[in-house]
Amino acid sequence: MKADLYAAGNATRIDGPLLFLERSLDVGLNEAVEVSGADGRPRLGRVSALDDDFMTIEVLETTQGLALNETRVRFRGAPLHFSLGPDLLGRVYDGVGRVIDGGPPIAAEQHLRIEGMALNPARRASPADFIETGISSIDIMDSLVRGQKLPIFSGGGLPHDALAIQLARQSRLRGDDAGRFSIVFAGIGIPHDTAEQFRTAMERSGALGHTALFLNLASDSSVQRLLTPRFALTAAEYLAYELGHHVLVILTDITNYCEALREVSASHGEIPSRKGYPGYMYSDLATLYERAGIIEGRPGSLTQIPILSMPSDDISHPIPDLTGYITEGQIVLDRNLHRRGLYPPVKVLPSLSRLMKDGTGRGFTHEDHPDLANQLYAAYARAVQVRVLANVVGEDGLTETDRYYLRFGDSFEHEFIAQEERRGLEASMEIGWRLLAALPASELHRLSDAQIAKYIEPHHG
Amino acid sequence: MAEARLHWVSGPVIRAVPEGDFAVNEAVLIGERRLLGEIIRLTREEIVIQVYEDTTGLRPGVRIRGTGYPLSVKLGPALLGNIFDGLLRPLAGGEAIHVEPGMRAAPEQTFAFCPRLKDGDTVAGGEVFGEVSRNGVTQRVLIPPDVAGKVSHIEPDGDYSDNAGLVTVKAADGKTHTVGMQHTWPVRVPRPVTRRLPPDRPMITGQRILDTLFPIARGGKAALPGGFGTGKTVLQESLAKWCDADIIIYVGCGERGNEMAGVLHEFPQLQDPRTGRSLMERTLIIANTSNMPVAAREASIYTGVTVAEYFRDQGLHVALMADSTSRWAEALREVSGRLGELPGEAGYPAYLSSRLASFYERAGRVTALNGEEGSLSIIGAVSPPSGDFSEPVTTHTKRYVRSFWGLDRERAQARFYPAVHPLQSYAEAVDELAGWWRERGSPHWRERRARLLKILEEQDQLERMARIVGKDALPPRQQCILLAGELINQGYLMQSSFSPTDRYASPERQSVMLGLITRYIDLALQAVEQGTSVDTLRGMPILRKLQRMKEDLGEEALDDYAELEHELDDAFAALKPETVHEG
Repeated sequence: MKADLYAAGNATRIDGPLLFLERSLDVGLNEAVEVSGADGRPRLGRVSALDDDFMTIEVLETTQGLALNETRVRFRGAPLHFSLGPDLLGRVYDGVGRVIDGGPPIAAEQHLRIEGMALNPARRASPADFIETGISSIDIMDSLVRGQKLPIFSGGGLPHDALAIQLARQSRLRGDDAGRFSIVFAGIGIPHDTAEQFRTAMERSGALGHTALFLNLASDSSVQRLLTPRFALTAAEYLAYELGHHVLVILTDITNYCEALREVSASHGEIPSRKGYPGYMYSDLATLYERAGIIEGRPGSLTQIPILSMPSDDISHPIPDLTGYITEGQIVLDRNLHRRGLYPPVKVLPSLSRLMKDGTGRGFTHEDHPDLANQLYAAYARAVQVRVLANVVGEDGLTETDRYYLRFGDSFEHEFIAQEERRGLEASMEIGWRLLAALPASELHRLSDAQIAKYIEPHHG
Repeated sequence: MAEARLHWVSGPVIRAVPEGDFAVNEAVLIGERRLLGEIIRLTREEIVIQVYEDTTGLRPGVRIRGTGYPLSVKLGPALLGNIFDGLLRPLAGGEAIHVEPGMRAAPEQTFAFCPRLKDGDTVAGGEVFGEVSRNGVTQRVLIPPDVAGKVSHIEPDGDYSDNAGLVTVKAADGKTHTVGMQHTWPVRVPRPVTRRLPPDRPMITGQRILDTLFPIARGGKAALPGGFGTGKTVLQESLAKWCDADIIIYVGCGERGNEMAGVLHEFPQLQDPRTGRSLMERTLIIANTSNMPVAAREASIYTGVTVAEYFRDQGLHVALMADSTSRWAEALREVSGRLGELPGEAGYPAYLSSRLASFYERAGRVTALNGEEGSLSIIGAVSPPSGDFSEPVTTHTKRYVRSFWGLDRERAQARFYPAVHPLQSYAEAVDELAGWWRERGSPHWRERRARLLKILEEQDQLERMARIVGKDALPPRQQCILLAGELINQGYLMQSSFSPTDRYASPERQSVMLGLITRYIDLALQAVEQGTSVDTLRGMPILRKLQRMKEDLGEEALDDYAELEHELDDAFAALKPETVHEG
């Protein structure tokens, strides 16, 4: 890194988060700066535009209290970096990677750029290691694999935090090679309570020692929210690709991130796109989500579970919509199931795991797993249709077959989706077969005769 | 070459003071790292440049060098079977795990060359001057379209580097051109052809819902719109695997890195059903993943179509899959916004429609400059926000394509793939393609196709009616139509891309399956007329056999289908007329 350069007294204008300076030094675009005013508190920023005479600094924290004459800018000579070392686990950081647990700073071994460069797709390895989460609706229907990015689409008041904690605690790999497992949690604009809940849950389960917490609380600067996931992901990449850990990254709540993005875009005077969000939100979110993966020839992996709350439970809102186009599927939570007291309230129909095909079936989970999932999907989709029909014409207006589906739908929700304890893959599959056996065998188009003979008929006996 | 000095930079747009002559759309190299940019606006005092890479670290004073050429790519035999970024720079082979900015020369490669011309021959642009081969794959090498004259020297048989000059051509104006295996071509300029030809035959995709209901012609254009999770990418990949094109250009435009990795790992292991060789040998991937620089995303579509035209000019049938054109349109929007252009519909620039038109117009069946017939078919995925087909990219695309495959969220949620909705999709070239099916022994293709669509339409109406009165209240004939619709959907249109038996259906297999399904519908309607109840029909084992035939009887079992037809006839012959029951 180059020696730090200082500039003082050459500020000409402050406009929202933007600080305009006369260009007295030779600095490059996107380089990091620290801006401090009379209060002496350093604020992170970056060079966002340059011309012959002036430069524009985007201050990533509040510009409140800055005055033109007393503003001092320290140029770092390089884009924002995060200094990392192997002792970063078990610690708590603020939204911009500063230790806030009262302990000593971490001993830095590497300085990594927080933006993260695009992984070369030709150097990626295909994710294919099935992660057993112990949750039937995920394991059987929308399996998670290492290196995947699988968001949870939730809403206010739904138990997404509990589900995330459960996933972090009880996910494991089948077979012996568990590898070194660590968790990076990034709280983006979350309330203090949520952060505390997560911390105590991890502490109680003894997992805090291999967890790194990055907290940008709801009361912290909103511009800083744009940095929090980047610091967290940089730490995760270091753990995964340099130290060979299998890292699970939980980002919550992406909706707060997008709100901050909108705020910053508006203050730049950019032309807004859908619902006032900037037109580049897709590309911007991609720079976070695409940091999940596995690199060929390196031992670790980076799996992401971003959580976002859908404004008014609307899945077509730009935030879930753009996310769904980037991530490898989504787990959708359902308010209706939640109200009926079913946990976890996973709405299986709109949920999806795109990488499931690569991590399930023969050699991965069980040779009949994909067909079982398919048949359950087909049957449950039909059951949901029949339920709508029954609401209008009454159960008496249904055909005999449709009444079977109606009953299947209920038992699927109560016995398969809802669960109190961790279920192994085999146990989940067994419930699936048993529920299907309640349907006429002629309806099971997605199972072969052999599968029916092997799994369905024993239940008829 | 002209030089310029950077005086303003923000994001991917820079402004510079020119010191010499630049041209609009000229490619420029910026700074010591030689970042690639393109001139998009020009005045005497200032040039505006769109940079295709990360501009971090640029500052006023940086030198910019013109190249004298518009944004161009190098076309040659080393392309096939490889993966490139949006500017056709190789991604495989390097040590770096990240995509590094800056221009790099592609590594030199050696091919065995066999000349097809001799000294003194007259050549025209686009002519084949020889063949090159490596690892059992032979490709033709072409004189660039803008070169013509007399061959003054051509190298004999032997191994040559792909950078070496092989032919010297003396043009009529006295200039000499040295031509090697590679030549460059500007990406935004369509490569010339002798003549455009009308569509004559379908491009067989092996997907029943497409080949039977909504075919695309060889040299045709199709749009594949769908919300997230409706299976665009899986369908595009299925087409890339099984369609009967000679060359596949797969452009991943603003999509997922893991998917590209998946293609790279899976394709080399799959066999082309027609040639028995590895699928990767006929495939070329252009990957600009969603986290790579946005401006290069805009270029990647043009890069892809230019490469596709290059293979077409060798007399090959090429299919280009673009996934997704919406990301390309968004890149246009983003760059346009940074230039301060007046936004049109949904913030897209007003020229969105004409850009889409000129992209899709590069598809077609043609006579190439060398007289060979080639074709370029384009299949563009569209990712409409919230899956709403009334947004600008979908509606404009619809005006230029002749096959429209609308994906349906509800079907996808029931894991009914391909989730192409039969009532929201169309194909215009049906009449032109019927002849091909007739010649292939399927004279009834057109009627049967129309029949299927009619039943599906009727099924949709009846289901709506059943929602009010209940299914039980429908007369038996209508209940039978519902059953027929179910069979068409489940037994014919649904097709698993992951099942080794079902993932590809040859036209022959589609024909016999279609024949069986229509035969069943005839017999079933007849039986219902004669008093058989629909419940009885539902319980017949033959129905399950028809539902499962796509999985149980593969390509090698075409004879078993004939047997199934006997079974079908026998099953209905054995039906005893029931007394019409109470309902």
